[in-house]
Amino acid sequence: MTQQLVLYPLLLQMFLSIVLMFCWRKISWQRVISIVGSIINVGVSIWLFSYIWENGTQIVLAGNWKPPFGIIFVADTLSATLVLLTAISGLAVSSFSSASVVAARLKFGYFPIFHFLLLGLNGAFLTGDIFNLYVWFEIIIISSFVLITLGGEKAQLEGSVKYFTLNILASMIFLTAIAVLYGLTGSLNMADLALKVAAIENRGLVSITAILFLVAFGIKAAVFPLYFWLPDSYHTPPSAVAAIFGGLLTKVGVYALIRVFTLIFVGDQFIENIILIMAVLTLFSGGLGALVQNNLRKVFSYLIICHIGYMIAGLGLFTEVAIAGTIFYLIHDIIVKTNLFMVSGLIFRMRGTNSIRNLGGLYADYPKLSLLIAIPLFSLVGIPPLSGFWPKISLIIAGFQAERWWVVGAIIFASLITLIVIAKVWANVVWKEKKELPVRLNFRYFDKLKTIRKAQMIAPMIFLSLVSLYIGFGAEHIQQVSSRVAGELMDNQQYIEAVLGKEQIIDHEE
Amino acid sequence: MEVILAILIGVLYAAGIYMILRRSLVKLILGIIILGNGANLLIFLLGRVVKGSPPIIPADSDVFQSVYADPVPQALILTAIVISFGLQSFAIILVKRAYKVVKTDDLDEMNAIDKDS
Repeated sequence: MTQQLVLYPLLLQMFLSIVLMFCWRKISWQRVISIVGSIINVGVSIWLFSYIWENGTQIVLAGNWKPPFGIIFVADTLSATLVLLTAISGLAVSSFSSASVVAARLKFGYFPIFHFLLLGLNGAFLTGDIFNLYVWFEIIIISSFVLITLGGEKAQLEGSVKYFTLNILASMIFLTAIAVLYGLTGSLNMADLALKVAAIENRGLVSITAILFLVAFGIKAAVFPLYFWLPDSYHTPPSAVAAIFGGLLTKVGVYALIRVFTLIFVGDQFIENIILIMAVLTLFSGGLGALVQNNLRKVFSYLIICHIGYMIAGLGLFTEVAIAGTIFYLIHDIIVKTNLFMVSGLIFRMRGTNSIRNLGGLYADYPKLSLLIAIPLFSLVGIPPLSGFWPKISLIIAGFQAERWWVVGAIIFASLITLIVIAKVWANVVWKEKKELPVRLNFRYFDKLKTIRKAQMIAPMIFLSLVSLYIGFGAEHIQQVSSRVAGELMDNQQYIEAVLGKEQIIDHEE
Repeated sequence: MEVILAILIGVLYAAGIYMILRRSLVKLILGIIILGNGANLLIFLLGRVVKGSPPIIPADSDVFQSVYADPVPQALILTAIVISFGLQSFAIILVKRAYKVVKTDDLDEMNAIDKDS
């Protein structure tokens, strides 16, 4: 029963999307199946997480090929945590999209594709094979292309051309990097690669391969010189789609960076410096970009970029404290960013626009909902004791210990900019006097929705806000998880031993 | 053989990136296709090109007797071809649709979304 536990989240999502495809035209069925399936998925992910927490890293060999020959699935604490977070975000967005995405879009296979996207995400987090990671990435981007173009509005198509081009380019660079790596080592298993790459004498070639991976994952994660596709495309699809994109898609890039640069390419000072410089510039450019935007979703898009900088900074510092900060930030960010894009969708439903200049008076009209909106907004800034505060402490401590003052400065500066941006958003959207907006015809305003639809929109926000509050107030538990993950990541021998077994490593050393 | 392949791959990468950098949407697709082919050939080349020795162990032996052609890169290429095939067909439809809606083939003209902000 627990032998194949690692595969259950994958199989469940695949099963769901296939079942959903059979109910192609029956949207009300699809809504129910998707929400119920997502709840089951959260249960399975909790089961997987608690099993990994008690028994350590688990592996599943595809076709029972002994590693390093076959494809392998590995669930260590990091993977299990991310699968759990994917399930939580997936549940929230599944409920939110059944209320907020219009039926015309749902008719063209929104839910099946949505679950294929979650399948791809789970696969990417769980695989232990670098080429298999590429395949999961492709599943993710193909599903995301469909979701981002579904509906076919003008702005959507323009945004998706950019999104599409850059993501395909990233995949090609990733494929090139895999080819070079295979040429160097003759292996695809990540644990085996870690051993073989460490044994290569020509370090220059290894560094160049590492840079190829850095560029490929950097485009996916939207770090400084490679992020321009993100703010041009994330505000065009329906906000439910933007929520899952903003919450999880860039984080897959971050996960891949963390995995590759803590397992395969370790201890290269040159790469670490590049990552740090990228991180600092990402923090600056994302923050300053958010400051000047007027579209609410563009502001959040730039904030995604800005906060990717924190995670990359932790990876660049590469100490146990810093990696723990990165993991904590990742956990906090997935929940909060998903919630924020749902908030922007809710505001759009209330007012019919996302332009900050034209919004206002939310507190006068919806006082309780405004308080709910305040939780993700101020968690993002990290006002203590809310969730964004704790990982920043770890990152700043790590920066001081490494005596990288400029990194510490950039982290504090980006927090300040985020505070200014969020204060501006809060003052303009919630507190400013209401402006008279032209009434949009054929637009279903929030007040006109049925009660069940309202509940389906509000409930996931309450759910994610509670998770956010738990991360903030139960920071001790999250810190335990991130410290354990950081311990596992810093000592890559553990991962290698779990995958290959002890004997093989000794063979290799001989 | 390796040298010819290496030059060919270089030309394919250069041509692909050049095409992607053009403003026309059709050239963008051509660029993506050429770049994909370049990447596939690169996997093939870096898996070492071996002629006339399939990876079959002789009946009277337990291990390979000589250098053999590695089958893994070919499996990888097959996977990559199928994936890029799917992506390319999606790209063609997307570009066709975008051309119909936006009524231009020029990427510089595709900036309606930047104006409303």
